Amino acid sequence: MAHFPKPAEGSWTEHFKIDTGPVSYADSISPEFYEQERDAIFRRTWLNVGRVEQLPRKGSYFTKELDAARASVVVVRGSDGEVRAFHNVCRHRGNKLVWDDYPREETKGTCRAFTCKYHAWRYDLEGKLTFVQQESEFFDMDKSKYGLMQVQTEVWEGFVFVNLDPENSTPLKAYLGKFAQGIDGYPFHRLTRVHKYRAEIGSNWKLFIDAFAEFYHAPILHAGQYEAGEAAKIKKYGYEALAYDVDGPHSMVSSWGGIAPPKEKAMVKPIERVLRSGLFGPWDAPDIGMTTEELPPAINPTRSEVWGMDSFVFFPNFMLLIWRPNWVLTYHYWPTSYNTHIFEGTCYFVPPKNGFERLQQELAAVTFKEYGLQDGNTLEATQTMLESRTVDQFPLCDQEVLLRHLHTTAQSYVHDHRQRGSTASAS
Amino acid sequence: MGNVFPPGFAALEPFADWAVRGERARYAKRVSSTMEELQAFYDVAYPLLRQNTEYLENLSLDDIGDQDKHLLWAFCALVTVAFPVEAWGQPRVPDSGPSSIDAVIEPAV
Repeated sequence: MAHFPKPAEGSWTEHFKIDTGPVSYADSISPEFYEQERDAIFRRTWLNVGRVEQLPRKGSYFTKELDAARASVVVVRGSDGEVRAFHNVCRHRGNKLVWDDYPREETKGTCRAFTCKYHAWRYDLEGKLTFVQQESEFFDMDKSKYGLMQVQTEVWEGFVFVNLDPENSTPLKAYLGKFAQGIDGYPFHRLTRVHKYRAEIGSNWKLFIDAFAEFYHAPILHAGQYEAGEAAKIKKYGYEALAYDVDGPHSMVSSWGGIAPPKEKAMVKPIERVLRSGLFGPWDAPDIGMTTEELPPAINPTRSEVWGMDSFVFFPNFMLLIWRPNWVLTYHYWPTSYNTHIFEGTCYFVPPKNGFERLQQELAAVTFKEYGLQDGNTLEATQTMLESRTVDQFPLCDQEVLLRHLHTTAQSYVHDHRQRGSTASAS
Repeated sequence: MGNVFPPGFAALEPFADWAVRGERARYAKRVSSTMEELQAFYDVAYPLLRQNTEYLENLSLDDIGDQDKHLLWAFCALVTVAFPVEAWGQPRVPDSGPSSIDAVIEPAV
């Protein structure tokens, strides 16, 4: 049916030189492969752990559990205003330094120093050890040697990233590549109204990225979200993206606008009609200081008039969705085992000016959640059947090109890591 | 005892228990209600929302009073309830089985 043009090769998949054969998904059902991903990917790449708005003043901090990297970090704004991250480990006996009632739950707050619950060792906001209980009982204690273990930290457009590999010298912006460069200047700092959701999902982390890196499933899995007559029409129309792009391990899909606002009001549910909002966000875009045409070049890269949203997949686990009506959604997928992960979905809006705008934003956020519930449960069904190994070859279509790219990338990280390991042990 | 909601929203008073703070609590109330209960609330709240767009557009969120706060919470509950009534035909999302997604950060109002 070809609603939008494709590259000269005839398909996106061939254009990006990605294999077109069936895929096995062995990388999503193997405990051994997951163990390798932990070292090859999650301990070596830049991971987005939050935003600068979570650190509004000196002493503001939050913790982030990075189970896949076997780490917990505490991210803090120092007395000099700098954002730093430290391994969340006391240097005395290895207790987790910052936590509340439950050691595995994340926490946040503001403080002047971090004090360990165990023996009250104290560290300043820059990680320096400043107090040791009964210091004279220790043996030639040199406190300067026992500061918190610092983690590489950089901020891009307000997004705070950490890299647990001290030997990784690639700056964040170089790692994020051309998509980040092309997004620079988007006014994320104006989108400070946050609705955040969290879910424990019974699938491999990559399978949920798969679900959100293609919209081909939307007219089918989410058909119940449309008015019945419209669902049938949309299903017949199918789904095609405006464009796909790949840059190193990262990728993106640019999508048409669909139903915001709809051509006919009959297309959408009554609550959407009255609130002028829905999955695509509030239809009336708030002022963010630039028009759709003025958005940075990586956003709506084809400069299509029917553009609706872009979805950027920053490898490994950070997705950034920029919507035409001037709001942003981020997804994070934090693995906890080969077949479980924690999913976070965060909506960022311009603060509402009145009660009506507040309700428009509520509808957009809640709609995302209703869709997410359908996706999350489907994934558990997928994971268990993949693990049955009844079938081990699955065909993917050209609208699923980003899935191929993700799995190929994860496999190549693991492969390269293995190669380095075998070279190191041979030398 | 005073009214829970602002003048003009008296029809909502029998549904004051829907003025719940927080999406997580509103969703919990939705999934523990019957379709009859959801439909009854929707049938009263939806026309009020439709007829009072202007009131809500003029409703400042700075120094918002308790009655208006309750009104917004009730309409936020209507947003949540609209899915079962308008789309699902049941309180839970179809095919969502044991999966859950919880609000962990949300606006104060």
